[in-house]
Amino acid sequence: MDSFQIFTTSTSLVDSVDKKLLVVLRDGRKLIGILRSFDQFANLVLQDTIERIYVADTYGDIPRGIFIIRGENVVLLGEIDEDKEDESPLRQVPVEDVLQIQREEMEAKVKREKTKHRMLSDQGFSVDIAEFGELY
Amino acid sequence: MSTITLVGQPVTVELKNDLAITGVLVSVDQFLNIKLDNIKVVDEERYPHMLAVKNCFIRGSVVRYVQLPAPSVDTALLQDAARRERQQPATGARK
Repeated sequence: MDSFQIFTTSTSLVDSVDKKLLVVLRDGRKLIGILRSFDQFANLVLQDTIERIYVADTYGDIPRGIFIIRGENVVLLGEIDEDKEDESPLRQVPVEDVLQIQREEMEAKVKREKTKHRMLSDQGFSVDIAEFGELY
Repeated sequence: MSTITLVGQPVTVELKNDLAITGVLVSVDQFLNIKLDNIKVVDEERYPHMLAVKNCFIRGSVVRYVQLPAPSVDTALLQDAARRERQQPATGARK
């Protein structure tokens, strides 16, 4: 019978309900909201959610509202420590600015990748066209 | 029954998105969902969003590796258990 008790621990999210959480999704997005409900698949309900976009040492927030997140898209949930949040070196800037910088960085990256691909294929390597969504 | 457990030990969890988090193991379940406390991200500069997080829940499906503290793992015991399981798969996997 022992063998049925191998897992003596279980990870439940009950402790995190009604707390402000950072949720990282598989596509790299970061959502911050209050956890209202969850189930065994880590499907989540988030209330008063904002999407936070980080670029270098700045971030911008977009108000999003209520989310039901399908569990398979969840990477991790972190509880936000208010003290740590206050001493964070990051600056909040208007979301338009962040989006602008993000767009520029993305364009630069695409350009770099294109150059790399061209150089590789000139050498006779076949190149997978990498996607930038980076879903795994 | 023995009470060998890594709960309370520091472990490093590497995720499929290359994020690696070190923290004290709080709990694990059958899906390999993992809870860590007092977390510290390896290569913090790349992941500024994790700075304000002190404990976290990691979904098992996104875990690539779990690095365990070597002194807390009895490899001889594991090897022994694996052999015994091979000899008697159905019963007596554990004594």
